[in-house]
Amino acid sequence: MKNTYDLIIVGGGPAGLAAAIAAYDCGVTDILILEREDRPGGILNQCIHNGFGLTRFKESLTGPEYAGRFIAEAAKRNIPLSAGTTVLSISPKKEVTAINDRDGIFTVQAKAVILAMGCRERSRGALNIPGTRPAGIYSAGTAQKYVNCKGYLPGKDVVILGSGDIGLIMARRMTLEGAKVHAVCEIMPYSSGLRRNIEQCLHDFNIPLYLNHTITKIEGKDRVTGVVVSEVDEQKKPIAGTEMHFDCDTVLFSVGLIPENELTQEAGIALSPRTKGAIVRQNRETSVHGIFACGNVLQVHDLVDFVSEESEIAGKYAAEYILKGEVPFDDIPVSHSGNINYVLPQVINRNIGGNVKFFFRVSNTFRNCVFRVRSGNKLLCEKKKRIAVPGEMETLLVPAAKIADVTEPIEITLEVQPNE
Amino acid sequence: MKNLRYDVLVIGGGVIGGTILRKLSQYNLSVCLVEKENDVCMGQSRANSGIVHAGFDAAEGSLKAKFNVLGNRMMPALAGELGVKYRNNTSLVVAFSEEELEILQKLQKRGVANGIAAEDLPILTREELLALEPYIHPAAKGALLAKTGGIICPYELTIAAIGNAMDNGAKLYTDFAVCAICKTEGGYTVTAEDGRSLQASVVINCAGLASGKIAALVGDDIPVHGRKGDYILLDRQAHYLTDRTLFFTPTAKGKGILVSSTVDNNIILGPTATEVESDVPETTAADLAHVMQKAKEMCPNVPLGAAITSFAGIRAYNERHDFIIEESQTAKGVFHLAGIESPGLTSAPAIAEYVAEELVARYLPLVKKENFRPERQADSFFRNLTTEEKNAVIQKDPAYGRMVCRCERITEGEIRHAVRTNPPATNVDAVKRRTRAGMGRCQGGFCQSRVTEILAEELGIPMEKVTKSGGNSVLLVGKIK
Amino acid sequence: MNRELTCIECPMGCLITVEGEDTLTVRGNRCPRGAIYAKNEVTCPRRVVTSTVRLQDGRMLPVKTNQPVRKSEMFAVIEKINALHPAAPVHCGDILLYNIDEDAALVACDNIE
Repeated sequence: MKNTYDLIIVGGGPAGLAAAIAAYDCGVTDILILEREDRPGGILNQCIHNGFGLTRFKESLTGPEYAGRFIAEAAKRNIPLSAGTTVLSISPKKEVTAINDRDGIFTVQAKAVILAMGCRERSRGALNIPGTRPAGIYSAGTAQKYVNCKGYLPGKDVVILGSGDIGLIMARRMTLEGAKVHAVCEIMPYSSGLRRNIEQCLHDFNIPLYLNHTITKIEGKDRVTGVVVSEVDEQKKPIAGTEMHFDCDTVLFSVGLIPENELTQEAGIALSPRTKGAIVRQNRETSVHGIFACGNVLQVHDLVDFVSEESEIAGKYAAEYILKGEVPFDDIPVSHSGNINYVLPQVINRNIGGNVKFFFRVSNTFRNCVFRVRSGNKLLCEKKKRIAVPGEMETLLVPAAKIADVTEPIEITLEVQPNE
Repeated sequence: MKNLRYDVLVIGGGVIGGTILRKLSQYNLSVCLVEKENDVCMGQSRANSGIVHAGFDAAEGSLKAKFNVLGNRMMPALAGELGVKYRNNTSLVVAFSEEELEILQKLQKRGVANGIAAEDLPILTREELLALEPYIHPAAKGALLAKTGGIICPYELTIAAIGNAMDNGAKLYTDFAVCAICKTEGGYTVTAEDGRSLQASVVINCAGLASGKIAALVGDDIPVHGRKGDYILLDRQAHYLTDRTLFFTPTAKGKGILVSSTVDNNIILGPTATEVESDVPETTAADLAHVMQKAKEMCPNVPLGAAITSFAGIRAYNERHDFIIEESQTAKGVFHLAGIESPGLTSAPAIAEYVAEELVARYLPLVKKENFRPERQADSFFRNLTTEEKNAVIQKDPAYGRMVCRCERITEGEIRHAVRTNPPATNVDAVKRRTRAGMGRCQGGFCQSRVTEILAEELGIPMEKVTKSGGNSVLLVGKIK
Repeated sequence: MNRELTCIECPMGCLITVEGEDTLTVRGNRCPRGAIYAKNEVTCPRRVVTSTVRLQDGRMLPVKTNQPVRKSEMFAVIEKINALHPAAPVHCGDILLYNIDEDAALVACDNIE
């Protein structure tokens, strides 16, 4: 293995692959992708359901097929990928230390680094669900790996907490493999999953979805034997007297994804408390010059198509950084109204040209609303929306001409239009 | 099973049984330990605060006071020999009122009477306290600083003690639930529910919560009750909060909820104290809420959002509220260690020495083995190596280059090592306690399936037979297709 | 009879209304796929089935039907999938079984060497 590379990409999932291909096509060919699993593709390898690629390829691909297209493109360009390699640390000077079974622990120096580590699932522990700790409690993604990659069924009678997409997908998947899914409980008044997944994963199989409900007790000594589910009030506190008991041997948690940013943090990169990912400029450059971030390590996307799009931005600008040098920061902050959970990018660097696409999520379900991007009194962009839900990411495109002469902080707002 | 005969049989693989077994393995005695669960350290030694108490809590003249102070002094050396993480992080008893400040004076006096050096127990002013602990509640009025207070990982200590004893010839029988102890010629026959039986001249009952039931098998009446405590564990990112152990001023009901660093730099909050009949630890919403409430009273900005897990432990106690360490009234050569509540962990090394030298010695000659090896390689040995040393290990065994648990950074080599080392890990939780694989922020979400595969390979069993914690705790119900 | 549907063709999840008995009128869709989906949904609902096949060597291969199959036949399709045990190598796009339901075929979604 060489000691230096122009570009090191941490993660060979959809984000890392798309960033690598984009950087290569912009003229940087000395690239190394470090992938912790034994093959590229990331979490897509276990997402065997279809629905990927509708935006990008105008067809409905399965996860492995979507990944396969990028793996083939990277292979065409002979972009090296070191599989089975876990990155241990990244320094602000862009020294990347990693471990694998061929090279041991080694450090490589990069001119630029792209962070593409993806995200992880929130666990039961983060929720403090009371009860015992028997076998049979899994995050939806762990169950997905057991079923789809290893070929084992984790349980036969299932209750799912959280209506995130992976939970919904696993409800269908386990049903098709012979399990009975008794309930999906969601503490919020709305599902965080895509509407079509409610339709085709729950309704198709008559699996009940209990909104405003949570699991208040897990029972069983060796293996799960049952759960208690309660309705919650507006403060998310269980309401006494609403308890329902389900006999089950398995509980799946699909209660949210968290960008995996321990390496980012250790590199001294500023993180956003909202996204739990790095604070980035529109070129996806972090607070450290030459370190970029993209994909689910930056913000949890619901569509891989958006991951690819974002990663191409990171790849392109990482290549520019390597070929043309550092672009000084001349930053304009981006804020948002209270009914929006977060906006990305959080900062606009005025020294970078081009259109800016803002990604954001609303904090509740809104009907007939309008999104506006303003800088001081100037309206940069507006977009009407019939329905906006927290489970679906929104985007706004501000053309280059509008963003070029912005001098005041940018704010993104959501206003509900009356009488429509 | 053959009629196996031992000099000493220890019942219960907790920290008391474990340290006794390890002490006895220094002598020319044949010793064994029986444990009803699939792994050692499955009871109260698994889920407690992990505090090495200084020794000012217990009443003067009590066994607790005696063994606590002695055990506190012995712990660093024992931890060093066994490769167990121990830290003299010091502890603070925080007073929030004038009355509590007065109690601190009493604790200080009692501590000195129990044998702690006065200079190791200063009382701090509010200003001194807040300078040491900036995140403590500003309403604090002062604190007692215990300079000899420490922390240790209770299951690491127990596993290492039993492992070291086994390395020195002791035998371990797991899934051995004792149901009968019968007098036979020259000793006792101890029988398990599954029909296995062992013979021994001396029997030591360290069965924790079940010690009362074991005592009843030889006709002794030692009531033992369970008190459950819920804990919340915070991610290492919360470690800025404190590196010490923060106690509230004790009341008649006990030491209450603490906020403490662990040796692995997590923050532990808890425990509650709820009387329970069941021996299956189970957290409740009310107890978890109480832990959070009290933690906020100690540190108002405690980052509860950094919680990575919550769990409960059940502590055994007896109404005497002192350790019971005594010979059976009816069966000579049977010793009961019951009601070993806090500070039992701290006291364990001292209790073990006492049991061997004062009790076992009444029946058996204690002759030191010439080839006793007190050291045990730490389960965490790989992490403590330099990069060069690690690379040498990886070159010899590439499994050490394959990362399995990304949160805690545990390699395949370390997991296989845990299965191949005494006491062997035979389930996923056992691997977790030895290696920390699955103990980080994702709680095994990513690595559990790989750990299960490695266990299946190492144990030569199909995946669907691998358990979380023995018994029927299978992780998978079967193959598909 | 009016029927309200959520379109599953893409993440937009359009709320579609289908009116009529013999001649169906579709409203609320924002693309032609939505109209096809809605008409199928009230006459003969169809779904793409995705699953896995266990190869002879034990490894798992992701598979899908290359077009939607009748929803009523989904479990029958799964049974056919579960009975298949092809040998590696398999390549993405390989047809593993023709006519798994009507004209639909089962195709491999990954390369396994």
